[in-house]
Amino acid sequence: MSIDSVDPDDVDAADILGSAIERREDPSLITGDAEYTDDIELPNTAHMAILRSQYAHADIKDVDTSGAEEMDGVIGVYTHDDLAREDTPGELPFMLPVAWLLPSLNAVDHPILADGRVRYQGDAIAVVVAEERYLAHDALDEIDVDYERREAVTSPSDALAGDAPELHAEADGNVALDWEIGDESKTDEAFADADRVVEFEADNQLLIPNAMEPRAAVADYSPGTDELDVFMTTQNPHVHRLLMSGVIDHPEHKLRIKAPDVGGGFGSKIHHYADEALVAWAAKHLERPVKWVATRSETYITDAQGRGHETTAELAVSDDGDIEGFRVDTKANLGAYLSTFAPAVPTYLYGTLLSGQYDIPAIHCSVEGAFTNVPPVDAYRGAGRPEASFVVERTMHLAARELDMDPTEFRRRNFVDSEDFPFETQVAVVYDSGDYEKPMQEAKDLVDYESFRERQAQAREEGKYLGIGFSCYIEACGLAPSELAGQLGAQAGLWESSVVRFHPSGTVTAFCGTSDHGQGHGTTYAQIVANELGIPYDDVEVVEGDTDEIPHGMGTYGSRSAAVGGSSLVKSAEKVVEKGKRIAAHQLEADPDDVEFSDGRYRVAGAPDRSMGIKDVAAQSYLAHDIPEDEEPGLEATSFYDPDNFVFPFGTHVAIVEVDPESGEIEFERYVAVDDVGNQINPKIVEGQIHGGVAQGVGQALYEGAEYDENGSLLTGSMQDYAVPKAEHIPEMETESTVTPSPHNPLGVKGVGEAGTIAAPQAVVNAVSDALEPFGVDGVEMPMTEERVWRAVNGQATADGSGERGDSDADEGGER
Amino acid sequence: MTTHDITLTVNGTDHDLTVESRTLLVHALRDELGYTGTNVGCETSTCGACTVRLDGDAVKSCTALAVQADGAEIQTVEGLSTGGDLHPIQQGFQEEHGLQCGYCTPGMMLSAADLLEENPDPDREEVREALEGNLCRCTGYQNIVNAVQNAAEQLQTAPGGQQTAAADGGERPGGTRPSSDHRSDGGAELDLTADYPTGDGGGSE
Repeated sequence: MSIDSVDPDDVDAADILGSAIERREDPSLITGDAEYTDDIELPNTAHMAILRSQYAHADIKDVDTSGAEEMDGVIGVYTHDDLAREDTPGELPFMLPVAWLLPSLNAVDHPILADGRVRYQGDAIAVVVAEERYLAHDALDEIDVDYERREAVTSPSDALAGDAPELHAEADGNVALDWEIGDESKTDEAFADADRVVEFEADNQLLIPNAMEPRAAVADYSPGTDELDVFMTTQNPHVHRLLMSGVIDHPEHKLRIKAPDVGGGFGSKIHHYADEALVAWAAKHLERPVKWVATRSETYITDAQGRGHETTAELAVSDDGDIEGFRVDTKANLGAYLSTFAPAVPTYLYGTLLSGQYDIPAIHCSVEGAFTNVPPVDAYRGAGRPEASFVVERTMHLAARELDMDPTEFRRRNFVDSEDFPFETQVAVVYDSGDYEKPMQEAKDLVDYESFRERQAQAREEGKYLGIGFSCYIEACGLAPSELAGQLGAQAGLWESSVVRFHPSGTVTAFCGTSDHGQGHGTTYAQIVANELGIPYDDVEVVEGDTDEIPHGMGTYGSRSAAVGGSSLVKSAEKVVEKGKRIAAHQLEADPDDVEFSDGRYRVAGAPDRSMGIKDVAAQSYLAHDIPEDEEPGLEATSFYDPDNFVFPFGTHVAIVEVDPESGEIEFERYVAVDDVGNQINPKIVEGQIHGGVAQGVGQALYEGAEYDENGSLLTGSMQDYAVPKAEHIPEMETESTVTPSPHNPLGVKGVGEAGTIAAPQAVVNAVSDALEPFGVDGVEMPMTEERVWRAVNGQATADGSGERGDSDADEGGER
Repeated sequence: MTTHDITLTVNGTDHDLTVESRTLLVHALRDELGYTGTNVGCETSTCGACTVRLDGDAVKSCTALAVQADGAEIQTVEGLSTGGDLHPIQQGFQEEHGLQCGYCTPGMMLSAADLLEENPDPDREEVREALEGNLCRCTGYQNIVNAVQNAAEQLQTAPGGQQTAAADGGERPGGTRPSSDHRSDGGAELDLTADYPTGDGGGSE
């Protein structure tokens, strides 16, 4: 069921949209021609290194930089006080902004270099700029910091307990935010009348994104023009331009952010960090190019981490298996400071998806966000939606078990009916379109569910423990519209911008404000534009990731690029076609209303010999010798497309595992993913995105997790300690699709980048739980290491003691 | 800091350079010689983004010292392709969508070359095991396994002693590797250290 990719030359123009054509991005990436940020070598470049706090929480009594300053080749050493002295006017100089302001938010100060206190291991204290890369790092060793250590706290529930060390004077009790959604009293009523209440309790552990390319930046300043160019690893150059212009007080129109090739992001390159701002400031200050490249150990302690939830949930159900109410209480880790979009992640991106694929008549969710002594926590692949889907789908698994119902039958019974779309949930969103039974049925057919249950029973008799786990997920992509986002506290619009520009010779450049970092936009966007204009695919060039070339944009995250960026390109192309129609009608001496456009040609209705290709129209538009009087020359169009609503991809993932209760080992037998992402522009790319997403989800289920000691020191600080899955850790995946187009955008697409990561963890946890049912185990804490599985089987707490919470609940339908 | 005059033969081109004792091979290749196709991912030999071949063996250049490579023949990703023609391994990655962001891909391909030299027809498990030193965060590995098997197939079906890139007889652009001595004993053995093309390594000398 793997999809074969095809050569674009072998695809008819009419079939270009929807074809699995090979990526045009690949030739440069597989020959070494690609240019990542660290590959950029400007003349006279100086190198920056950053001194980071070795402690998670401490007061800084003194920073002595004299040793570093005296070293040959060191150009400058800067601390917070140095920046303050260099400051240009402004109320909060060199502070990192928060771009999503909830009403309840404690938006604490976040200086780009520590101002008297460090709050996580990795908090930046000083920077060195030197002639050479190694030398800059040498000089860090010559800076003496006099710390006075403070007690640290790393878990949100500990941080919110009354006796925790306080991180910020302005955030009483470490409360970063306090938020709720849904109808509390209606939910209380549902529980009061319920036959049964199913309880769920689990952590969704902190994850480290681990894009293969560490974050990096190169900045270049021209004093004569005051132009500051910053090449950097970013998913959203225009947003970085806006935020950076404020942080370093440089006019936005003289600041250029360019994303060269970017080696993965997964959310970690959305947010505005101190580091890139410091590079830009240093280049401007020193008037020479400055480069900074994070070491991998720096990425571990500074990249915004993901997840970090502690959740208890209750589901009210009838004895017949009807869901009547859902109540969720979550404590979310937000780290030491609020990262760029952090407030939105455990709130609007999480609470709004707690209805899952189900028709739940009453829902209430409360979220407390906590400041803790870990790096800022923000969007990581899926951002809030994996956490929601995990809670919903683990609870569904437990409820079916409690009711002694088949887990698929219990879900099917409560699915939103396919005839009920658009469907408004109790948590403030309207699902666009869906048919939830279809992918579940297809997944069941693929794994031959009925015979699996027979096989499972037989295996148990032989002392082998097979388990099947379902995850019927939903996600929200293409966040929109801007007005709604504004009402919810967003400090940015959620539209996307594009330009489709014909050149006089008939080729086209399409500019889009999204920013590819591995998704293959160059290919898919060219498919979209070629299809709209009816011209050969090879005649379309796609440009992204450069604020000087692209008028504006919001970037690539939240699986928004096809749905919002792609739709923007459609809108621009439609405008081009419309203008072209007026010019063609003029040249063909026809009324524009009588001119039709298809397959790249304008034809006068009823007069087949009177026609003109769009490329000829483009040439005529630039020649401008004979165009309508009130028409401007040229053929290009810009659009700012603001969608009406989110799009809601969905699907069913199924894991089949065998668990060895004696060793705790988990082995995959099958992994089946049936996803509905609406129409597919390039099925091969869709398949690849699902694969990659599932791998990160399996990573969370089985291997990954940021671990801190009691001092807040990261114990998983390198790839040798933090288990990024290897090839042999990821199962073979079988992928299939159903197609339910979204009515909310002209392409009918939904979004795919995060689906696998959202779906996978609970499929795997549910499978392990199913396998271990004979042992009374209904769940194992993620990552499900062999030790944790073994301890669950043997009714023991985990080695770090955190299992106590789960143990006490083991007989009550809790999990851990 | 003590310095050393060394010679690195990269993709067939000799480069004389002076490095510090501590200069890592990857920095010598990237910063001194301009072979930026080799990427730095972890600095702990774990992720394999920096994998190059040194006298035929796949090594992690982020933890090897440049002085250790004095006199050695090094192959980087820039040396895989031949004057614009893609190597079968590169074709495999392209055809099977074996990459997304591409950052791990050069190292992945050189490890694959190492594997196919020793085992011209690996099964899927063998490919997964052989790539344990190369991490990818984008693809979920499945299409990388497909890519390596695709490359193995292309190499296996190459006609009479020639390493031909395309299974369909070379109609795809740039399938044929120029040298026949990459193959021995009728197997599709890749000897990427001997007589491989120089390519355009971006060498600065």
